[in-house]
Amino acid sequence: MIIYKIPLSSHKFQYISGKFQIWNISKIPQTKFPENFRKSSRPQFTNCPTMIVMVGLPARGKTYISKKLTRYLNWIGVPTQVFNLGQYRREVLQTYKNYEFFRPDNEEAMKIRRAYASNALKDIASYFTKEQGQVAVLDATNTTRERRGVIINFAKEKGYKVFFIESVCDDPEIIEANTMQVKLSSPDYENYDKEEALVDFLKRIDCYKMSYVPLDEEKDRHLSFIKIFNVGSRYLVNRVQDHIQSRIVYYLMNIHVTPRSIYLSRHGESELNLLGRIGGDTGLSSQGQKYAKALAEFIRGQSIKDLKVWTSHMKRTIQTAEALGVPYEQWKALNEIDAGVCEEMTYEEIQATHPEEFALRDQDKYRYRYPKGESYEDLVHRLEPVIMELERQENVLVICHQAVMRCLLAYFLDKSEDDLPYLKCPLHTVLKLTPLAYGCKVESFYLNIQAVNTHRDRPTVNRSQATLLLTIHYLLICSRAPVQKPSPA
Amino acid sequence: MTNCPTLIVTVGLPARGKTYISKKLTRYLNWIDVPTKEFNVGQYRRECVKIYKSFEFFRPDNEEGLKIRKQCALAALNDVRQFLTDEGGQVAVFDATNTTRERRETILRFAEQNGFKVFFVESVCEDPDVIAENIVQVKLGCPDYTHCNTEDAVADFMKRIKCYENSYQPLDEELDRDLSFIKIIDVGRRYLVNRVQDHIQSRIVYYLMNIHITPRSIYLCRHGESDLNIKGRIGGDSGLSARGKEFAKALGQFIQSQNIRDLKVWTSQMKRTIQTAEALGVPYEQWKALNEIDAGVCEELMYEEIQQKYPLEFALRDQDKYRYRYPKGESYEDLVQRLEPVIMELERQENVLVICHQAVMRCLLAYFLDKTAEELPYLKCALHTVLKLTPMAYGCKVESVCLNVDAVNTHRDRPSVRFTNTHPLSMSFLTVLLHRRHPLNSSVNM
Repeated sequence: MIIYKIPLSSHKFQYISGKFQIWNISKIPQTKFPENFRKSSRPQFTNCPTMIVMVGLPARGKTYISKKLTRYLNWIGVPTQVFNLGQYRREVLQTYKNYEFFRPDNEEAMKIRRAYASNALKDIASYFTKEQGQVAVLDATNTTRERRGVIINFAKEKGYKVFFIESVCDDPEIIEANTMQVKLSSPDYENYDKEEALVDFLKRIDCYKMSYVPLDEEKDRHLSFIKIFNVGSRYLVNRVQDHIQSRIVYYLMNIHVTPRSIYLSRHGESELNLLGRIGGDTGLSSQGQKYAKALAEFIRGQSIKDLKVWTSHMKRTIQTAEALGVPYEQWKALNEIDAGVCEEMTYEEIQATHPEEFALRDQDKYRYRYPKGESYEDLVHRLEPVIMELERQENVLVICHQAVMRCLLAYFLDKSEDDLPYLKCPLHTVLKLTPLAYGCKVESFYLNIQAVNTHRDRPTVNRSQATLLLTIHYLLICSRAPVQKPSPA
Repeated sequence: MTNCPTLIVTVGLPARGKTYISKKLTRYLNWIDVPTKEFNVGQYRRECVKIYKSFEFFRPDNEEGLKIRKQCALAALNDVRQFLTDEGGQVAVFDATNTTRERRETILRFAEQNGFKVFFVESVCEDPDVIAENIVQVKLGCPDYTHCNTEDAVADFMKRIKCYENSYQPLDEELDRDLSFIKIIDVGRRYLVNRVQDHIQSRIVYYLMNIHITPRSIYLCRHGESDLNIKGRIGGDSGLSARGKEFAKALGQFIQSQNIRDLKVWTSQMKRTIQTAEALGVPYEQWKALNEIDAGVCEELMYEEIQQKYPLEFALRDQDKYRYRYPKGESYEDLVQRLEPVIMELERQENVLVICHQAVMRCLLAYFLDKTAEELPYLKCALHTVLKLTPMAYGCKVESVCLNVDAVNTHRDRPSVRFTNTHPLSMSFLTVLLHRRHPLNSSVNM
């Protein structure tokens, strides 16, 4: 029984917002730890908090953009939160009567609206200072210069940067489609029938139209903003201040709303899978080859228009794609996570030869980097161009690997860093993702070809700082259990 | 990246930065492996009209001048067609004023006939300071004005601009709403982007929105000499040797003496660059993307050991050092892809010191100095030497500062002789021999 004693005063611990984290010990340089040493694989995007302020009439896609952008920023590691004024209103008013609340001459309503708008700003300040948020998205119409002035003053006082995103659309078809997709099912219209809801909503839009002052090239030339016209056919970009705003603009210019589906699947079962070994670059087992054929049949059955197929550079994904008999593109970025010194080992061998590493990985599976290898965090960074291109594309089938698929899935389903490394992505199963309203519909298709299970659940041990040492101790005892037949667990 | 070739067409009055943008964009696209070439109509005109007399050539009522100019444009388009259809080019940048709708129509028809996509890049600028600076930086030194004195040249050039102003029809949000374009206003203060069609256009827009012309310098250097360097071993993650630590101190002194405003310091996540940056005593940012090329199974081996254990691999690497990928490792080509976000951020930033590694520094240098994939893996990036890059006119000024601290030489030259019948193994053996024989490597043990 080996007990690792790591004194809490050692520089190997760093206190980050209330949690102790053990650094990947083998990566610590021999010289004294510099104060600003950060383990993350990405540099700072911005030094002060940023407020993203949506602008636009109702049903112009502001909430769609807010949610999508927030999901993207969180995925790439920038803590972001949406503050939707509609939510605040519903909390204050409890029930929605009709459009009259939004009439510009409704003094009482105006007072209430200014009050909860001010609460939202307070919450944003609290998010930045107390919760270490970096970006806050204020999702509201913000259609008057006066309201935007209030926000700008607030931000200036607090030292936040402001970036406006305005969505301008006069295509009645798009507005109607928006309205049908998301407005009619909103809590506001629970007790309305469809026809009445539509009429009321259009009157609501009219209330805003009269006082709507769009961002102006000339008058607002000192502000930082992007104006999106007609769902992306045109953009006006003004005074991008820093890296994060540049990334936001790039992202917004790549997303679209054309209906499509993304299919995610792992390669067929591989030789190393059968041996319970991780990583490596082997070919498909016989079950894996069966899966490839089944996948081809499945894809044909789906009758997908202009399907693009992407694989990694590793044999097992390429062999899987080959069976489809269609052109496919290889992305090195889709390669499986590099397990460094642990490549091609079984989990039992890793426990035996690198017990400390094994325990550390279970402590923080997202940030843990295999010695001479990668972490999930590194994977996300490497997959960002893949996500960007997936956003640009329409129907795509991505044949990849377990860790990679978890990262992609986490992006589409808005999973946190804590959940990401434990998402279930079994072999021989295709996930069909279809964007729907503000999120993503997931359909899972198990193609009925037997395969080993490569999933390891999250350890159920309590990881509070007091039990830190005990946790490692416990895992080491577990590792001494008799080794079962080669099936990774 | 794109299935049909793209024709990028610049639009704008003279001295609006069209050639600057064309050259920079071409350099970037070639670096990320998209075969690109620029076609500057002014060059064609200079070849046709050997001697430039005066702005009168550009007067809108000069029939003869108009005929010649149209011919030059068509000749350039012809070469564009050849590059994109016969020579495997993917992007052609057609660099000319293209200020009239009529001229742009001609180009659109040409592109349609040949199956090329068209993307317009218009530069609009009314700031007289910017225009004056442009003229001083690039126009006065151009072949047209070699026989003129500065004042006459400026006067003539301003009259030249005037010739275009009257017939200038900028791209219009409404009238040109079916075209794909980006309008760059006041050197990047504002952009209007219309109908981006595909991935490459999206990347081009992103790039154009990140570049700037504020004067600044980029300092590139490697980490100080490391313990593995002394042993003649590649890769790994060792600390600095005694001489390496000396270099770090010298670097700190050098940086201080340069009095650089708001300098950002970037390192990789490997010990040797971090230790080098530590000695500077300023905050620094770590990029995993700046880590040295992963030599896979050859990590921490000496070149001689690689030769013994993996002779075929070793020889293959010398055959095509840019594309060769170490087993379980990376190639220079992979490195370039990994470094693209670093380059993008370097473009956004102003004064930056990048402390990195040999292969990484070669890739970054190749981007700034427009080196080809063939030259890139053999660029000389010695230890203990700082390269100061300052953008100037259409290119980059390089100053090399050797900080006078001894170090081993880690450079391996390109095999200089090509025997087509000889087994590649013997060629690589020779280069290893030469590497061993270098005076500074006398401390390397076999």
